Amino acid sequence: MQREQINKGFAEMFKNGVIMDVTTPDQARIAQKAGACAVMALERVPADIRKDGQVARMSDPSMIQAIMDAVSIPVMAKVRIGHFMEAQILESLGVDFIDESEVLTPADESRHVDKSGFKVPFVCGARNLGEALRRIDEGAAMVRTKGEAGTGNIVEAVRHMRAINEEIDALNGMDAHQLAQAAGSMRVPVSLVKQTREMGRLPVVNFAAGGVATPADAALMMALGSDGVFVGSGVFKSQNPPQMAHAIVQAVIHYQDPARLVEISKNLGSAMIGLENDALAVKMAERGI
Amino acid sequence: MQVGLLGLQGAFLDHIPHLQQCGVSHTVVRTQADLAAIDRLIIPGGESTVMAKFLGEFAMTAPLKACIEAGMPVWGICAGAILLAQKVDGRPGALAALPMAVTRNAYGRQIASDTHLLDVPLLSLYEYPAIFIRSPRIDQWDADAVTVHARRDPDPVFVQKGHIMATTFHPELNPDIAFHRYFIDL
Repeated sequence: MQREQINKGFAEMFKNGVIMDVTTPDQARIAQKAGACAVMALERVPADIRKDGQVARMSDPSMIQAIMDAVSIPVMAKVRIGHFMEAQILESLGVDFIDESEVLTPADESRHVDKSGFKVPFVCGARNLGEALRRIDEGAAMVRTKGEAGTGNIVEAVRHMRAINEEIDALNGMDAHQLAQAAGSMRVPVSLVKQTREMGRLPVVNFAAGGVATPADAALMMALGSDGVFVGSGVFKSQNPPQMAHAIVQAVIHYQDPARLVEISKNLGSAMIGLENDALAVKMAERGI
Repeated sequence: MQVGLLGLQGAFLDHIPHLQQCGVSHTVVRTQADLAAIDRLIIPGGESTVMAKFLGEFAMTAPLKACIEAGMPVWGICAGAILLAQKVDGRPGALAALPMAVTRNAYGRQIASDTHLLDVPLLSLYEYPAIFIRSPRIDQWDADAVTVHARRDPDPVFVQKGHIMATTFHPELNPDIAFHRYFIDL
């Protein structure tokens, strides 16, 4: 219980910030300098994983360690869904947060990692309230939308954030019997559903992820109620990574100020090339439900 | 009374329930102009590098220093304590308002983050479960100017100099409002 409180509290510290994917110590330093509140260390950004089409696994610990040594901000790293051994390795390495991520190839098609047994905190992706609450029930200290990683297309992240918001709103009209039914259909304890209704939001920090490519995308997700933003391929697949990174961080701070967003959005060079959702061979968001 | 919450990054919204319970209103501070509308300021937990960077870029560092020098009460939490420190990892701090030297993440990474039971006689709190998250350590302080209100073993964790206070742990993550009450009476 105490560990859970400390880990959920740590997630609170990321709020109103941007967490960026980085593949080298140099990229990590660029992200930190641009104002990232944490970095996600991985060997290939989602856009490249998508293009390569091979099995994607936990990164080499020496590569993650080099990034931990390069920056003073927190470092996260990804494990495959259900791969509790990769998670034990990353915990032992000392990463600050583990992302049990659909961006990597799932290791277990029916179970996620039992996160309650770990000291290190976890973040997991979700497309809807049921997925989010199942991950929280398993011990996730933080949730993010799945979006559709590596596409530079914000449509799925918007869909997932709106779905979560609408399903939380719908809890308001429910009586005790309906709440119990909702909990049953989501396969989570009714106490967790009640807590969500009382808070009027997910009971952990909820970031947007999967498709953020511009400052406007980041501001949009903040306006939809995200606590902060993950940017995967959007920074280092853009024409001008340091400027794009810096602009996205500023857009998260000033998302309520369109006049500032104008200035923030100017002269950034081209954003990453976006992909239409219907044309994708692999829908990462369908992994781990 | 209008309590400002520095809103550049981090856990600033987490203070709102405590301030509401104290019966005071709040405003989020993101620009230089916002500073003019507040009576006191909470610098929240979060990433000190991010907050220091944007205080500078948004031309807020000098005006905020002027407010503090003019006597505006300010409370720094974890990252906020780092911003208030005169020295951070041997280099000059962003606001340099408290004569103390801190080391960032001195107790280790998140795995080492923990709850410690503190006695804070000033607030009549005993065995208060203080939450430390990748917290800084106060290594040196000017004992003539800075009062130490609580310690974690030998290290000061709640310090004050006149209208400036700092905690290296997170009272906003605890339902107790004693620290907020103390701050709004400063």
